[in-house]
Amino acid sequence: MPMQTTSGLFFSLVPFVVFFPVIGLLINIIFGGRMGEKVVGTIASLAAGAAFVASVLLAYSLAMHPETVIVPFAEWIHIGTLQIDWAFRVDTLSVTMMLVVSGVGTLIHIYAIGYMHEDVRFKGDVNRYRRFFVFLNLFIAMMMILVSGDSYMMLFVGWEGVGLCSFLLIGFWYDMDTLGRPSFANANAAKKAFIANRVGDFGFLIAGLIIFWAFGSFQFDAVFARVPEIAAAMPWVIVAVTLLMLVGVAGKSAQIPLFVWLPDAMAGPTPVSALIHAATMVTAGVYLIVRSAPLYSVNHSVQYFVATLGAATALFAATIAAGQYDIKKVLAYSTISQLGFMVAAAGMGAYVAAIFHLVTHAFFKALLFLDAGSVILGMERGHHHLAHVHAEDVHGGHSSEVFDPGDMRNMGGLRKQMPVTYWLYLIGSLALAGIFPLAGFWSKDEILLDASKNYPHVYWMLLIAAFFTAFYMGRQIWMVFFGKPRTAVAEHAEESPRVMTVPLMVLASLSVLGGLLNLATIFGITLPGAHLLTEWLGHTLGEVEPGELDLIVAGVSTVLALLALYFSWLIYARKPIAAGQPDPLKKPLGPIFFGMENKWFIDEAYQFLFINPYRVISKFLADKVDWAFWHDWFHDRVIAGSYIWVSTVLLDQYADQRGIDAFANALGAGTKRLSTIMRVWQNGFVRTYALTVLVGVIAILGYLLLK
Amino acid sequence: MDFFLQPLTLVTFFPLVGVLVLLFINAERKNALRWTALVTTLLTFGISLWVLAQFNASNPDLQLVAQYDWIQVAGWTITYYMGIDGLSILLVLLTAFLTPISILSTWTAVEERVKDFMIFFLLLEVGMMGVFLAQDLFLFYIFWEFTLVPMYFLIGIWGGPRRIYAAIKFFLYTMAGSLLMLMAILWLGLYAGTFDMPSLLAKGIPASTQLWLFIAFALAFAIKVPMWPLHSWLPDAHVEAPTAGSVILAGVLLKMGTYGFLRFNIPLFPQASLQAAPWIALLAVIGIIYGAAVSYAQRDVKKLVAYSSVSHLGFVMLGLFALNAQGVEGAILQMVNHGLSTGALFLLVGMIYEQTHTRELSVYGGLWKIMPVFGAISLIVVLSSMGLPGLNGFVGEFTILLGAWGAGQTQVYGTVLYAAFAALGVIMAAVYMLYMFQKMFLGPAGSITKEHTLRDLNWREIAILIPLLVFIFWIGLYPKPFFALMAPAVDKLVAAVQVAAMAMH
Amino acid sequence: MVPVSYYLAISGILFTLGAMGVLIRRNALVIFMSVELMLNAGNLAFVAFARMYNTFSGQLFVFFVMTVAAAEVAVGLALIVAIFRTKNSINVDQMSSLKG
Repeated sequence: MPMQTTSGLFFSLVPFVVFFPVIGLLINIIFGGRMGEKVVGTIASLAAGAAFVASVLLAYSLAMHPETVIVPFAEWIHIGTLQIDWAFRVDTLSVTMMLVVSGVGTLIHIYAIGYMHEDVRFKGDVNRYRRFFVFLNLFIAMMMILVSGDSYMMLFVGWEGVGLCSFLLIGFWYDMDTLGRPSFANANAAKKAFIANRVGDFGFLIAGLIIFWAFGSFQFDAVFARVPEIAAAMPWVIVAVTLLMLVGVAGKSAQIPLFVWLPDAMAGPTPVSALIHAATMVTAGVYLIVRSAPLYSVNHSVQYFVATLGAATALFAATIAAGQYDIKKVLAYSTISQLGFMVAAAGMGAYVAAIFHLVTHAFFKALLFLDAGSVILGMERGHHHLAHVHAEDVHGGHSSEVFDPGDMRNMGGLRKQMPVTYWLYLIGSLALAGIFPLAGFWSKDEILLDASKNYPHVYWMLLIAAFFTAFYMGRQIWMVFFGKPRTAVAEHAEESPRVMTVPLMVLASLSVLGGLLNLATIFGITLPGAHLLTEWLGHTLGEVEPGELDLIVAGVSTVLALLALYFSWLIYARKPIAAGQPDPLKKPLGPIFFGMENKWFIDEAYQFLFINPYRVISKFLADKVDWAFWHDWFHDRVIAGSYIWVSTVLLDQYADQRGIDAFANALGAGTKRLSTIMRVWQNGFVRTYALTVLVGVIAILGYLLLK
Repeated sequence: MDFFLQPLTLVTFFPLVGVLVLLFINAERKNALRWTALVTTLLTFGISLWVLAQFNASNPDLQLVAQYDWIQVAGWTITYYMGIDGLSILLVLLTAFLTPISILSTWTAVEERVKDFMIFFLLLEVGMMGVFLAQDLFLFYIFWEFTLVPMYFLIGIWGGPRRIYAAIKFFLYTMAGSLLMLMAILWLGLYAGTFDMPSLLAKGIPASTQLWLFIAFALAFAIKVPMWPLHSWLPDAHVEAPTAGSVILAGVLLKMGTYGFLRFNIPLFPQASLQAAPWIALLAVIGIIYGAAVSYAQRDVKKLVAYSSVSHLGFVMLGLFALNAQGVEGAILQMVNHGLSTGALFLLVGMIYEQTHTRELSVYGGLWKIMPVFGAISLIVVLSSMGLPGLNGFVGEFTILLGAWGAGQTQVYGTVLYAAFAALGVIMAAVYMLYMFQKMFLGPAGSITKEHTLRDLNWREIAILIPLLVFIFWIGLYPKPFFALMAPAVDKLVAAVQVAAMAMH
Repeated sequence: MVPVSYYLAISGILFTLGAMGVLIRRNALVIFMSVELMLNAGNLAFVAFARMYNTFSGQLFVFFVMTVAAAEVAVGLALIVAIFRTKNSINVDQMSSLKG
């Protein structure tokens, strides 16, 4: 490693991308109780911002010195040949992820200062403000460990760590449901996320075990160096490792069949949905595949499988998104779908395209989620306002009624009340739908182009998914912002403060300009600065063919997206749906829409196939096998019971009482009878005894005299 | 005087000084009794640190040896033989560490017969220390059986409603297993003319009889561990025992079983160990999955934690009989981890029980909001127990799984399925642990909060938990010093087993 | 010189009278006196034999017996007085408190 040339650069800063957020959260834990909300939020944001600055410095250093640098920190587990260290890896891939995590993370921290200020008040527990920022900082730290680790085990530490943060933040309002009613619902969503992730982690863990015993190390370079040799000698090892890792990916990045937790995860506060469940954590799976590119690239059938799985997820989730009414649920399924795009790209070997889409998606999906949060809070403010007005009239009878501020059927016409929010949402939606020249267009196009070349079936599936994407985003825009307000609350919705909208504007500009990160060659013209990301990641991933804009592919997808927007306009905007009116698609699509609406009953199926049986089995094992049979019957009845039978019945009643006791008793009884006869002489008068003595004496004397 | 100034003798018998002082204190002066016991155990902990300071981690052999002839009858020599090495040092420290914590936890929980309680507790510490330090089989057996007596009384006098049943079951179950071990010990004594371990190891046990002796020892230890299906005494004992008793029971007494396998079964009968390894692994894996599944269905939180011990100790057994460095070191570390995490869980359960007098999961809920410190600490402990990376449980479980997988690729286990199924236990641990955490701490406030005004932890309770938390993080983040203590001894053990494996083929 | 056998006969008669008194009478005092009578019968026999063999040992014994008898009287009468005080009776048949 050419360490000497790195002098003067900032590589040794890398541990601080983890430690800055940790310092932030420690300050907030220790002193936060005495500080105001603003200070707590600022410290947390500064901690995330400091991590971003460190990432930028690392990126600068890498630009000067593009070779991978490994910064050892401490030894972790050393047993014999097992050597796992706390070491950080600085290469173009990890720094890209760090920039996304800390950059988007910082913006979301700032947004959350405003959002949580209102959220804790609507939910009625101000004390949790500080806790939120502690968890958020912890998440940034864990995510940084994940992306900066130099071995699969470090990655795994971060991997589980972000799962924990996800659990804590989904269950942030653990004592209520999403509508604020006392319930276990949010806590259940959190548990579901953790357990679904654990199922994925199980795959990752086993993959780790195989990696160690086959490759002799967890360190990335050491593993990748031996890939050709192992692939030749034991191809099944590569297949097993990659497929098991894919289980982990499916858990973390919400792919089929483990995606079910992500929609429920929307129970978390909106900044969490944006940061963890859209921009960063859920992309960890994509990062893992790209990181393990040397493993995935050697086996074509695995690649085929991964790509197909990703495309299937993309399509499947997109259909569900089109049938949802909750503003965040739509975005959640959209996220699953977009993650499917990324996984498909990574599976096809289009690693740069995957990361490109990951980055742009982080921009526009964070924007959309945060903006949806702004919409929801706007509705909450309207609701609050109304409840206040009504409370004066009719003694607050209105406020006890449950109102869902996230249901799109309650919205409508919001572009008048919340113009900033509306424009930002529009930008995000168009970016997501892949409209030229916004960020989503470039990244999605790169994936589609690659698919069209090598994997036609993936291409078709993704194309349909892209169509659905534009359709459900259009549907959302029309339902939320156009038409007339369908409820009184929507009429009184209020715009959000600057602390929330300014970060959104930053994200919006990134969503617009994100395409510049990796501009394709257009008509054979390569603009200066094009293929930036391709070259940048090329240092880590090896030479990658730079993307070119294919007019047909780009044209087809753009036309489809516009068509989808037009359809959605036809259905939802030409004649806006009125309050209480069912979805216009319900009638023509019939059972299909019913399925989309109910998420194709996957949750119910899992409940039926896995959760209920596990419950029944564990109940059966616990109550019947372990307790009734093993504890009560076998131990108490058979062992203790037979001992008691032997001791009380056999030995005590028979052997002892009727054998030994009976003999002893007979002896006693005989003695007693004898003594009854003899007691006649024992009358207790001394003189009787004296007489006896006298008689005896006389008898003896007489005998002596007369003999 | 020389005799008592040896570090190992001192650390074992020092609590007796406390017993002596306690005898002279009026039974009504409860705080004086408590302080005396606490100071005694803290001093014992100090002595154990002194032992650690004198311990040379790079030496794989027995150290700080104290050896005296004790009983000599007809050619048998029974020696007073104490020694410590990398296999036992952590357990000795764990014992000395957990005892004062347990005593501190009884401060308000035990109000009746405080004097007797403290005396039994100190006697228990003597027995546990002796078990981990004795290097003469006969001496070991004496300490082994001796621990039963104080524990019997701790459960039987200060326990819950079914305490007599639980105490007797605990006593008889363990005693029954030990008798076969006694037979085996006597056989070894007759065979070698001595009971001390180094001589026995030097002499070697004929391969033909190893299996029988192995089984006799294994039965005694497996009951103590407890390995599935010999675990039936455990839920009874745990549910009925007072909090401090549960802590010591889970924290130390169960480790006596796994330690027995490590100290006696594997080195004395290496060939038999190799033969038995797949079977032990099978039982261990069944225990892992069974314990986890049964835990999930419990309605009594203490019982849930008790069954989780069956699952966790399954991991330890799986690691031990992987018979490679990763597995054995992971297993030893996991013994410590389980002592810390499950000990902490029992303490936490005890703290809430002291306020509510119920352990029914269904009446709890929403405690995090009412008791934030309690909730946060419980969360950390729960996460440690389910093996979250960065906390102690993961390091142990992961190295065990790694070792078990490695053993699966050799003839020791023969199949990697054991490791794969054990890894399934990691998911299941998340299921039952999160279930418990959710039922108690999340969701809306449960019915119990209407009946009692719950207070958050006080300073004494926090002070009890902080040392445990420190080690939970320390082992999770930087386990190197712990591995360093045991590595040479484990390497020696593993090498000896490999030599035996060569001899078999 | 009166032959020894005469003394012995009287001694025997006195002893028999004493023994009969002990066995037959219920009054503790009388029993007590009968015991004294038996002792004195013994004394008479001792003295008679001492005279016959011309030694002092027999006479010496008589002194011992008389001392013991005196002591016995002291203790015995004290007991009888104590019993009389509690029971208002000195009938030996009624002294059965220790009988089971």
